[in-house]
Amino acid sequence: MNDLKLAWRNIWRHTRRSILTMMAIGFASLLLVFMLSFQFGSYESMIDASVKLSTGHLQVQAAGYNEKPEMRKVVPNPGVVMDILSRTPGIEAFTARSQTFVLASSEDRTRGIMVMGVNPETEKGVLSIATLIREGEYLSPRAPNTVIIGTLLARRLKIGVGRELTILGQSRNGSIAATVVTVGGIFKTGIDEVDRSTVQMLLSDFDALFAMDGAVHAIVATARELLQVGEVKKALQNDPGLKDLAVLDWVDLSPGLKQSIQLDLVSGIIMYLILIIVVAFSIMNTFLMAVFERTREFGVMMAIGTTPRRLVKVMLMESMFMTGMGLLFGMLAGAALTQYFAQVGIPMGGAADLMAQYGISGRIFPRLSWATLLIGPAMIGVVTFLTALVPALRIPGLKPADAMKAV
Amino acid sequence: MFTQLAWRNIWRNPRRTAIILTAIFIGVFSMIIFAAFSRGMADGMVDNAIDNLVGHIKVQHPDYRSDPDISHRLPDPNAITAELKSLLPTGAKITPRIRVEGVVANARETAGVEIVGIHPGMEMGVSFIGDAPMDGRLIEDGDKNGIVMGAALADRFQTEVGKKLVLTTQQADGETGSRAFRIRGIYRSEIEATEKAYVFISYTAAEQLMGEKNCATEIAVTLPKEYRNGRLAPLVQKCRDALEPYHVSVNGWKDLMPAISAYLAMFDAFLYIWFVVVFIAMGFGIVNTVLMAVYERMREFGLLKAIGMRPSWIVRMVLGESFFLLAAGCAAGTICGMAVTYYYGHAGIDLGAFAQGVKMWGMSRVIFPAIEIGDVVAANAVVVVLGLVVSIYPAVKAARFTPVETMRQN
Repeated sequence: MNDLKLAWRNIWRHTRRSILTMMAIGFASLLLVFMLSFQFGSYESMIDASVKLSTGHLQVQAAGYNEKPEMRKVVPNPGVVMDILSRTPGIEAFTARSQTFVLASSEDRTRGIMVMGVNPETEKGVLSIATLIREGEYLSPRAPNTVIIGTLLARRLKIGVGRELTILGQSRNGSIAATVVTVGGIFKTGIDEVDRSTVQMLLSDFDALFAMDGAVHAIVATARELLQVGEVKKALQNDPGLKDLAVLDWVDLSPGLKQSIQLDLVSGIIMYLILIIVVAFSIMNTFLMAVFERTREFGVMMAIGTTPRRLVKVMLMESMFMTGMGLLFGMLAGAALTQYFAQVGIPMGGAADLMAQYGISGRIFPRLSWATLLIGPAMIGVVTFLTALVPALRIPGLKPADAMKAV
Repeated sequence: MFTQLAWRNIWRNPRRTAIILTAIFIGVFSMIIFAAFSRGMADGMVDNAIDNLVGHIKVQHPDYRSDPDISHRLPDPNAITAELKSLLPTGAKITPRIRVEGVVANARETAGVEIVGIHPGMEMGVSFIGDAPMDGRLIEDGDKNGIVMGAALADRFQTEVGKKLVLTTQQADGETGSRAFRIRGIYRSEIEATEKAYVFISYTAAEQLMGEKNCATEIAVTLPKEYRNGRLAPLVQKCRDALEPYHVSVNGWKDLMPAISAYLAMFDAFLYIWFVVVFIAMGFGIVNTVLMAVYERMREFGLLKAIGMRPSWIVRMVLGESFFLLAAGCAAGTICGMAVTYYYGHAGIDLGAFAQGVKMWGMSRVIFPAIEIGDVVAANAVVVVLGLVVSIYPAVKAARFTPVETMRQN
């Protein structure tokens, strides 16, 4: 009889015990597949939200602007930068932006706000404000001297669509810049900080008002794939045309985001390791018993000429069969569960408000990938193999004569 | 007698017992450590948030929260403060503040900030500014032109202690007013956003800037430790009733920070789900171990039955065995878990490597794991109760063996 068959039959000598062991392994891998997919899904929506609402994947700015944004640190020739971006493979879209701090007054209120100059045509392809208009309309080149403002700011300035807003600031050359604009639309991102303090206007208006002379503060770009960002960044940094400028990716632009993802991932991994260790101990007894209760049988087999090597091999095959079936079951069930929730999303209930502050919507969609499907089960496979190795390696130490005497 | 029998039975196979005990031990140990660590993290987050000019109870104009404008100031802050003093337990700290949005500027820079007029002496132990690490010093009561700003903001303004700043804001009468201030101190906070958000001036200076006497926009209360959680709601209600005639809103910290309270509620649910998940992982092991112990003693159970032992006694004996396993594993796990937590509860765990991420979520950089008796009880209860429930299966199996069948087996 060949070894595989022997191992297979050995498993079914204790149907109940084997099934329980497989279920333990299956349960753990199901959970890991689902949880990892859930975590990666939520990271993706965090990055996506932050990228779409504020930073983009990549930005080209004047050196030092990111650390200390100042009016005078500009990208002097945005046209040149855009030419380079348009022939860089991997870049999906890009748009130019400027921003500065000003005082905005309505009839009876005054607030300090951030005013942004954007190009509505190209902005739509990169950032998502255009889709978040709650009232009125998005900016349009046909309607100069119009702005859109955040909901909270509108409430604080006691102002609505069609009303006038006075803007007072400092232009690029240090002189006073003042104008009156009309509110054309009100947007809501869900991020209080943005909704409370942002006004957007046409880049051409911004240019004229603040004497920018064609210069801008940043070119914001998105890459086709999140994973390509690093590559594209390197290519841009090496481009001689951009050597006086800074090329930043989303990690540079919001360092807190990457670290909070790492923090969450590390605490997740610690939890999974604990779970795997508990599972390992919980199935160790099965593997151990499989050896001890069969001491006599091993003695007989050795006495009739089976090598200890072969016995160890059969034992390991047994445990690997069980592990394999458990993992397979866990992966299938985990993938099914994940795919189901990837369709309907997982409502986050009370935490939705908190997450809205970071730009994540009320539902999280887990995302199944080869990585999330395989990492968890692979870790479990390795740990169970090690667990099975301990009892199996006792077999070569057995002496046939003594073993046969064992009960 | 069952007890003794069960106890002796589990030590008939010490190796098997040791392995399953280890599984239970690791499970319970990890549950307690995990609970304590995440409680510590949540506590730190709540404390930080409360410290950030929130306090445990706050009295405001009913419209101030949706529209923080000086026109929504408190009607008669002195009378309200006096009223609060008579209502609150001794040890409670009460302080009025004037908080308005405004613009701070120097020759180089301009930024939107929140201007906070405080009684510096009364902020100690109430909000972070009372004892924040600082270059220079905190303003004093009655200081008419002193200001304290955050390090991140000072850095952006490229300014330092002794230099001038101009504050502009809307006054009580609706006109825009400006005043020059001299920087007395530059504070540091655990959260960079805080350093950028607030500048502090004295209450007197704020009154002058607003052009109005007694224009507090809020009265914040910090309570002694024992009143902060369970006993908070009745206290808030008491103040609310007493302050009814003033038409002000009185809120506890849970209402002031709905997002954080929601997070805490979800956090509890998540913790208990995690307990059950870890239990399921070891549950399979418990069933298997007890099942094995039962099957290899078939003959024995047959014999016991043959000499007149009732099936229900056998069930009790087997359950007794798993109870000992569970109790011993839980006890060891709980003791070790609490010991480790106790140690780190004093030393703290430094999350410096993730400083930016930690700041983003408003947590403290150093986490002090906190044991909550409720969590320890829940972890143990989950393991013992569910452990006994799953052991019913092998126990009933054992009770069903018939003497004749089992005696025939060898």
